[in-house]
Amino acid sequence: MAILVLAEHDNASLKLDTAKVVACGQAIGGDIDVLVIGHNCGDAVKSAQQLNGVRNVLIADAAVYANGLAENIADVITEVAADYEHVLAAASSHGKDILPRVAALLDVNQLSEVIEVVSNDTFVRPIYAGNALATVQSLDDKKVMTVRSSAFDAVATDGNADLVTLSQEVAPQVEFVSQSLTESERPELGSAGVIVSGGRALGNSENFTMLEQLADKLGGALGASRAAVDAGYVPNDLQVGQTGKIVAPDLYIAVGISGAIQHLAGMKDSKVIVAINKDPEAPIFQVADYGLEADLFEAVPQLLEQL
Amino acid sequence: MKVLVPVKRVVDANVKVRVNADNTSVDTANLKMAINPFCEIAVEEAVRLKEAGSASEVVVLSIGPKASQEQLRTALALGADRAIHIETDEDLVPLSVAKLIHAVQQKEQADLVILGKQSIDSDNNQTGQMLAAIGKMPQATFASEVKVDANQLTVTREVDGGLQTLMLPLPAVVTADLRLNEPRYAKLPNIMKAKRKPLESLTPADFDVTLKAHQNVIKVTPPAQRSAGVMVSSVEELVEKLKNEAKVI
Repeated sequence: MAILVLAEHDNASLKLDTAKVVACGQAIGGDIDVLVIGHNCGDAVKSAQQLNGVRNVLIADAAVYANGLAENIADVITEVAADYEHVLAAASSHGKDILPRVAALLDVNQLSEVIEVVSNDTFVRPIYAGNALATVQSLDDKKVMTVRSSAFDAVATDGNADLVTLSQEVAPQVEFVSQSLTESERPELGSAGVIVSGGRALGNSENFTMLEQLADKLGGALGASRAAVDAGYVPNDLQVGQTGKIVAPDLYIAVGISGAIQHLAGMKDSKVIVAINKDPEAPIFQVADYGLEADLFEAVPQLLEQL
Repeated sequence: MKVLVPVKRVVDANVKVRVNADNTSVDTANLKMAINPFCEIAVEEAVRLKEAGSASEVVVLSIGPKASQEQLRTALALGADRAIHIETDEDLVPLSVAKLIHAVQQKEQADLVILGKQSIDSDNNQTGQMLAAIGKMPQATFASEVKVDANQLTVTREVDGGLQTLMLPLPAVVTADLRLNEPRYAKLPNIMKAKRKPLESLTPADFDVTLKAHQNVIKVTPPAQRSAGVMVSSVEELVEKLKNEAKVI
């Protein structure tokens, strides 16, 4: 039986997450098909065809699919899934929204945020904010799962998959009103090699400029703790943690972040963690490879100067 | 409009759990338990809808062991009108929970179900979406703003790149994100009053729902521990170590 991967894209381009989910598919083993649902998503389809190890790229293109709303696309995915044993999507806000709906339509339970493949029916996933790892065997005939993309390396883009056009069409059930996306020149938080994150200690949004400069100097992305988001210093999509984004960059610099359980859940798999905090008792120092006990308003400008 | 709010009893968010000795589960004996924080936000939103005159009744529901009634009483103290407890000691997967919630929704004829976006113990983030699928209802997950206008909901959702706004017809399912609201504290008189509010106790067998075994937890293990790092004394030393030792910049 084969593996179906739901592509993540914004119609114009394919998200890197998809290449990581394909890597999870390769770890399971079997023919991998990628399903691209959208509208005028030809470029995303081309990128999907180039993913290494992909057999077919299935495309469902219609205006009703344009915004990827769960109600409008879940039926198509469910129909396509009939021929597959595994159905995979990234554990992004998109994947989390849609895949449980698909799983329920298939009358199977879903495995969320899979980080390791043990066998074709057994997977490892974190529970309790990453404080325990559960090895779970799915007893369902179809294994529907979201994949934590930071746990897999993206596959190469040297493939040449065949194209299969699907002709399903459904009536829209929900109306899309608008969206406001945070514009940024920086790399995406989920795939950045370096992340500079700030917490409540930054004090206001102007002070985040300092961290932005640091992130830019290191070619990295900007992140934040929940406290910084709740205080309105930065938009919510920068939140790193159990309920925000889960990241695992090469270098994570936590500035003025105490290191609550919920924040650690989102970044403790980073390769190198640096903590800058003036409280020597802050829990962040227990996971940091390099800790600097200092006032961030002195340390960050110095750091900027020396890089 | 009747609002149904499912709540879950979980280990308190500030408690660091440990895996038990035989690696079968996490040790939850004698730990402080609480309403799942996202469920609390869902209750708060439902109560606010009632206070604003949009909702006529707020019914809270919990599926779990007998002790879950404590969390239902808390929800009643926060302003819910009555509670339903489906008692089971089995650890149900989200699909089974969603089927039971759907059965209750049918029975109660609730127009809106507000859930938390995920429980902080199993971290699944599935139940609301599954309920929407089973009931063929629209869903607005990860909501940070909910507006009710006659038979229409306008919901702002937190998505990866920012925010997204949708309009959905009722009946509908909404799952609450952290930023939907700031839950109130239950005042003592309200806690006393909550003791007298109706709490109906049922079992899964009271519903015409078939629950299947979907998964088998083979083991639960602690995550790899990070080895202790070093404290550096200056920014110079930090930069030097990142360049030459860790080689990340």
